[in-house]
Amino acid sequence: MNVVVCVKQIPDPAAPASLDPSFNLDRSGKLILDEADTYGVEMALQLVDAAGGGEVTIVSMGSAADVAGLRTALAMGAAKAVIVSDDGLRGTDALGTAKVLAAVIRRDLPDLVLCATESSDGYTGTLPVQLAELLGLPSITFAKAVRIADGTVRVDRQTEAGYDEVSAPLPAVVTVTAGVVEPRYASFKGIMAAKSKPVEILSVADLGLAGEVGSAGARQAITSVEAAEARQAGEKHVDDGDGAQKIVEFLESLKVL
Amino acid sequence: MTLSTLWVVAEPAGDGLSTTSLELLSAARGLATTVAAVTWGPGDHAAQAGEYGASTLYSVGDLGGALPGVPVAAALAALVAAGAPDAILVPASYDGRDIAGRLSARLDRPVLTNVTGLADDGGLATEHPIFGGTQVVRARFTAQGPGIVVVRAKSFAAESAGGAPASVQAAPTGELGPQGAARITASHVEERTGPKLEDAAVVVSGGRGLGEAAAYAMVEELARLLHGAPGASRAIVDAGWVPYAYQVGQTGKTVKPSVYLACGISGATQHMVGMKGSKNIVAVNKDPDAPIFQIADLGIVGDVHKVLPALIEALKSR
Ligand SMILES: Cc1cc2nc3c(=O)[nH]c(=O)nc-3n(C[C@H](O)[C@H](O)[C@H](O)COP(=O)(O)OP(=O)(O)OC[C@H]3O[C@@H](n4cnc5c(N)ncnc54)[C@H](O)[C@@H]3O)c2cc1C
Ligand SMILES: Nc1ncnc2c1ncn2[C@@H]1O[C@H](COP(=O)(O)O)[C@@H](O)[C@H]1O
Repeated sequence: MNVVVCVKQIPDPAAPASLDPSFNLDRSGKLILDEADTYGVEMALQLVDAAGGGEVTIVSMGSAADVAGLRTALAMGAAKAVIVSDDGLRGTDALGTAKVLAAVIRRDLPDLVLCATESSDGYTGTLPVQLAELLGLPSITFAKAVRIADGTVRVDRQTEAGYDEVSAPLPAVVTVTAGVVEPRYASFKGIMAAKSKPVEILSVADLGLAGEVGSAGARQAITSVEAAEARQAGEKHVDDGDGAQKIVEFLESLKVL
Repeated sequence: MTLSTLWVVAEPAGDGLSTTSLELLSAARGLATTVAAVTWGPGDHAAQAGEYGASTLYSVGDLGGALPGVPVAAALAALVAAGAPDAILVPASYDGRDIAGRLSARLDRPVLTNVTGLADDGGLATEHPIFGGTQVVRARFTAQGPGIVVVRAKSFAAESAGGAPASVQAAPTGELGPQGAARITASHVEERTGPKLEDAAVVVSGGRGLGEAAAYAMVEELARLLHGAPGASRAIVDAGWVPYAYQVGQTGKTVKPSVYLACGISGATQHMVGMKGSKNIVAVNKDPDAPIFQIADLGIVGDVHKVLPALIEALKSR
């Protein structure tokens, strides 16, 4: 069974983020594999393992100036990576990104495409479903558990009230929530092996998408960015055995008690 | 008003429409001359949709166990082909996001997500909190065709306008193809008592500072004593202490209770964006420099293992 995992390389979320003058997220620094995508990579490796054959391919769009994030996924055990990198893609919206990823995935359609429910820096959460529609595939979002048997994917899908069991015939697109599996740490051997695994770098022209995607194709614009109204800090009290009483008094003053 | 028509994806929940759907209907009727709602499932929501401002309710009907994303988007696309609104407002929920994504690809129109405010500036302008809500981005659609807008819960108040029942029209899906093949085979409801997290007047949330999963029982006990709902930071959801449905923040729920009590939560921006709209914030944290204190009306610098048991005792003895 072959699985594609769509992953994003993002600026380190622990570092302060900023917007560039054209309101795009500044991605000029070091890029890492989005932590949200490590669950998809781990899930894919486990599913391929359970199926007893096949491979995991990493697909990404973004700058290929730094592919350390892709190497992380390869070191975990993915077989190869494809990244679409093109200056013309700056400012591409989620639908444009989905078109690019669809063009890559269509070249050699896998049995399963995994994404995270949302990325850490863009968090639109719509891209995987847009991708599924462009590929003409069913999708199951918010997977807490994924099982594959007899050409069918069975998912426990998070709901407001609990979870649903949902099934779909393969090929399909599934998005996995954080914490579903424990992403493995790459072994030293894995890290060494990753250095020689293939990373294919494609341009928009290679995919025949010139003119269709990129900021020229974007149909939404940011008109302003302003500081949000800040909330003021109130009283701070060091507990001296009376902290609970302070809270009770505060709740009484609000008539909650 | 420069906007003539807005459609609202009105998601069934329990016996009625979801609270977020009612919030969106309330917002839509202040922005556009005509509001229509689009719903699905076996329920009859004409009265409620009308009460909150929709004149027409398009009903996709029973989905036969299919996930709503594909059939509802297909029905919407067919309706758009017959006459497009200015924009389609979609609740940021599990199914709402599926519908928005499917519809976007079908119509070849972009989606604006994580919207927390809407305005009419000669077209539909959207507001999005970024960097943990410290900054607000305003955006708009720039090309022809209906905009698709995914709006976060609690961005607007749900207020009845006392309108007459909406007139119901069937919205057929047409042939769905392989996309529509996902089927729900069983549903599991996790038992929960007390108010829902999003609707509770008091929310008591726990974080990693609780130290271990068993200590979360203190948070649940406090929530019960205060007739509120228990919530959580992502740290303890990811650690498997509590289900994802408890998570407050950027990737979880937005809550705006009258009191939010944060226990052993540091106050990461991604957590605060989901709760800083609360009327009153109380925080218990042993680190005097924890960022949560910057937005707390009452901050107790102390150990949750001392303060919470004392608080539970004090509340019990009342
Ligand atoms: C893309 C993205 C999305 C995210 N979305 C969310 C989200 O939706 N919701 C969310 O919550 N987080 C989210 N996060 C995670 C967020 O960045 C933080 O990691 C998380 O909120 C931290 O949880 P915490 O406060 O429980 O843990 P910590 O940050 O570890 O804080 C624990 C706190 O407990 C205090 N403490 C320790 N012991 C005690 C004690 N005995 N008594 C009292 N206090 C004590 C410590 O001083 C500390 O301040 C997201 C992160 C990313 C990158
Ligand atoms: N540029 C990208 N390259 C590869 N995958 C992506 C990209 N953007 C988003 N994705 C995938 O779609 C998921 C949801 O992203 P988003 O729509 O940004 O919240 C991510 O977790 C990835 O799996």
